[in-house]
Amino acid sequence: MNLSLLIILPLLTALLILLSKQLAQIRVIGLVGSIAQLGTASWLLKLYMDQRAAGNTATHLFETNAVWFKALNINYHIGIDGIALAMILLTSLIVVAGILVSWTMEKLSKEYFFLLVLLSMGAYGFFISLDLFTLFFFLEVAVIPKFLLIGIWGSGRKENSAMKLALMLMAGSALVFVGLMGIYYNTHTFDMVEIGKMGMSLGVQKFFFPFLFLGFGIFAALFPFHTWVPDGHASAPTAASMFLAGISMKLGGYGCLRMAALMPDAAHAYSWVIILLATIAIIYGAFATMMQTDLKYINAYSSISHCGFVILGIGMLNKTSINGAVIQMVSHGLMTALFFAAIGMIYSRTHTRMVAQLGGLLKAMPFISTVFVIAGLCSLGLPGFSGFVAEMTVFMGSWQNPDGVYRAATVISAASIVVTAVYILRATGRTIMGPISDEHALLSDASWNEKLAAGLLIIGILIIGLAPFLINQLIMPTTDFLMININKAITLK
Amino acid sequence: MSSNIFILLRQELILSLLIFILLFIKIGKERGNESVLNLINGLLVVNLAVGLFGMSEGGIFNGMFTTNAFIVLEKNILNLALLIISMQSYAWLKNHKQLAEFYLLIFTSMLGMFFMISSGNLLMFYLGLEMSTIPLAAAANFDLAKRKSSEAAMKLILSSAFSSGILLMGISFLYGTTGTLSFDVLTAHITNNPMQIFAFILVVSGFAFKISAVPFHLWTADVYEGSPVAVTAFLSVVSKAAVLFTFTSILYKVFTPIATVWYSVLVVLSIATILIGNLFAIRQDNFKRFLAFSSIAQVGFILIGISGSAKAGSASLVYFVLIYVFSNLAAFGVVSVVSALAGKENISDFKGFYKTNPFLSWVLTIALFSLAGVPPTAGFFGKLFLMMAGAAKNNYGLIIFASLNMVVSFYYYLKVVKAIFMDENDAPIQKLSIPKITQLAMYICIAGIIITGLASLVYDYIYSLSIGI
Repeated sequence: MNLSLLIILPLLTALLILLSKQLAQIRVIGLVGSIAQLGTASWLLKLYMDQRAAGNTATHLFETNAVWFKALNINYHIGIDGIALAMILLTSLIVVAGILVSWTMEKLSKEYFFLLVLLSMGAYGFFISLDLFTLFFFLEVAVIPKFLLIGIWGSGRKENSAMKLALMLMAGSALVFVGLMGIYYNTHTFDMVEIGKMGMSLGVQKFFFPFLFLGFGIFAALFPFHTWVPDGHASAPTAASMFLAGISMKLGGYGCLRMAALMPDAAHAYSWVIILLATIAIIYGAFATMMQTDLKYINAYSSISHCGFVILGIGMLNKTSINGAVIQMVSHGLMTALFFAAIGMIYSRTHTRMVAQLGGLLKAMPFISTVFVIAGLCSLGLPGFSGFVAEMTVFMGSWQNPDGVYRAATVISAASIVVTAVYILRATGRTIMGPISDEHALLSDASWNEKLAAGLLIIGILIIGLAPFLINQLIMPTTDFLMININKAITLK
Repeated sequence: MSSNIFILLRQELILSLLIFILLFIKIGKERGNESVLNLINGLLVVNLAVGLFGMSEGGIFNGMFTTNAFIVLEKNILNLALLIISMQSYAWLKNHKQLAEFYLLIFTSMLGMFFMISSGNLLMFYLGLEMSTIPLAAAANFDLAKRKSSEAAMKLILSSAFSSGILLMGISFLYGTTGTLSFDVLTAHITNNPMQIFAFILVVSGFAFKISAVPFHLWTADVYEGSPVAVTAFLSVVSKAAVLFTFTSILYKVFTPIATVWYSVLVVLSIATILIGNLFAIRQDNFKRFLAFSSIAQVGFILIGISGSAKAGSASLVYFVLIYVFSNLAAFGVVSVVSALAGKENISDFKGFYKTNPFLSWVLTIALFSLAGVPPTAGFFGKLFLMMAGAAKNNYGLIIFASLNMVVSFYYYLKVVKAIFMDENDAPIQKLSIPKITQLAMYICIAGIIITGLASLVYDYIYSLSIGI
């Protein structure tokens, strides 16, 4: 199968949306396009598993390598491994859900759907890239839609949040670019596969790794560059919040992981810094969430904490922890998307997101409340949901690191779960239970599109939560391969 | 031999022919402005087409005038820019009384640039430079009723005269120490001799004036603001590009023996230019001043590209200029239409612009994104390739500085986008009806912005022609 389909499909959808005239037409095209993406991604999964079952042990499958800028040795090199495929599946699921929850968007709907689809194109392109230049290209493609989505359709101090987000993400890409230049002029290629084979001297790695890791780290809400997250998420319209937390932050996590695998020596040398920052993010995010009174801010700050686990897993640099980091990325993507969807549904009916003004919603909207509770329970890591599997794996991996400081970091991070339980239970309790105000009592429950969106995401969460071996089967061979590179660095030391 | 001259000089000859035609139009029967404009635009298409086919290489007039495929390409880019500017100023020129004179001045200036780019001798170069500058000063005065326009013209002519003086001084020092003005002979005589270094600094200062690199940029904003939009566009795109082309070829051809000197000079210039351009652009409200400062910052990026390896440097320069033609002219086109039809030139006037003029808003937005260097627009590739060329010297401090400054420039471009899409305004600019021909020019620009970047063959083509040291 040609992976370019994953870029062409969204592009085609976006163009058709531009050409269409009526609202109904736009919606249907958006939905059909996103379902086609989901279908393609699932089909890809089947093909991938078939190939693996047939004994194909190549690192990347479905590779295409075409020359793009010949003079500069820039290639359009795409291909997927298990981790990339997991991210693609996540993206396609969230895109469908995002389109569904924006069904009733009427303000400039054409532009809105166009930008959503464009954003998804950036994400797909990013995940399938094996060439660093292409990777960088798609990373930046995804920034502008975010700026416009938040700035035009957002709420609150939307212009400020949009500007802050765009500038911080651009600063992240600027750092990534410096790192890319360093790699390019030391290896004379952008091809990740070739660079992986060639390797770089320790000095080069140590100089350029921080640029790349921090650059991607900004996208992944790495402390202290997380400040765009709360404002950005809180101001964004529902679908954009879902995309931001569910897809966009994953670009950062995925990038960090790839860079760690590409420059393993430097990753080892700096692993204590990474772990320190991740632990701070986890604890800081959890405590900051406790202080929030706005549902969206609660979810945004808790995302900082949850994404900390991703970075922690990467920083620990062993097989289990990296596996955990990948599962956490998928799980967090689904879970926050679900959370934001539920918050969006509540907000569109009650016109408030303040916990204090809500209460007893279970009586008026049982479906939405259930969704809300499920998202909450997944977030606090209840067994049976994906959050538990992911965090558990990260902790198990981290604990394997016998160093005292690393153990301490693991214990401290694990303790944050208690804080998570406090804020999640408090928020859900106050919103769902208790007396309901008179004006809220008459509100309607979820419509078909909202039910469908939530259902899709819940299915994803449950599959990972109840049958974790499925996702393990997908990503494990790839992590094994990454570990070969990473372990080589350890033994060399 | 004589037919050879016609081929080598074809771009210059056709332009001279156009100038004569203009004179005949002027003394001929009185016609409506619109038919004259259509005729001129048609002639400009012919002018562009003549350059496109057939490459020729060689020198005439004892090496005074040289040309090759790369130089023809550079001239083609300038011709294209001229055509786009002309199409976009339709609304402004339609009601202008001195239409023919305006074109006369612009064409003459263009002819000067062609000779300057092709020069193989400092004398020829100087002649071309002056021929391109003096008519421009007159053209800057073409908003006849506005006092600011005359002021701009005065400032332009004075600062040009001053910079030409500096340049001449540098040239005479070079002549004094080497005894020649011909590029080919000069190279062999240039050493680290302090007198020659001094001469070099003077020459670079003269160039820096023309491309408005900091600290020689002070005339730029006022001149840009006062001149009519068409002249501003011409100054900021065509005239700057022509001087940059010449500057690069002189650096690479003549001053190769002191490459380390000019490398450090370029680095200092580019850092100052990017920084000052960016910091001042943030504070501007007048759109033309804003574009003036942002173009100063762009020149800083160009200098980084030139400072790198020669082949990639000149290729990325020409590539960037081509992209810059599309993006900057798209932005100027919108400003020009709004200025001519609604009489507004401030960024704050553009608040809520999207509600009334979605087409113009998208054109402006795409242009600004391209200027900022956001993919998938061509500006992304242009800027990146400039920096890649610069990074070849392994000066990562410079690359870090430049890429962080890209974020700053991103801020002020996004501020305009924010005004267009997000800010509320009770009295936005009314719905404008754009002339068909201007609309066409905008479509050309947008197509250029998208295709020049993604289609790699444009860059590969330029790179294949590019000649390094």
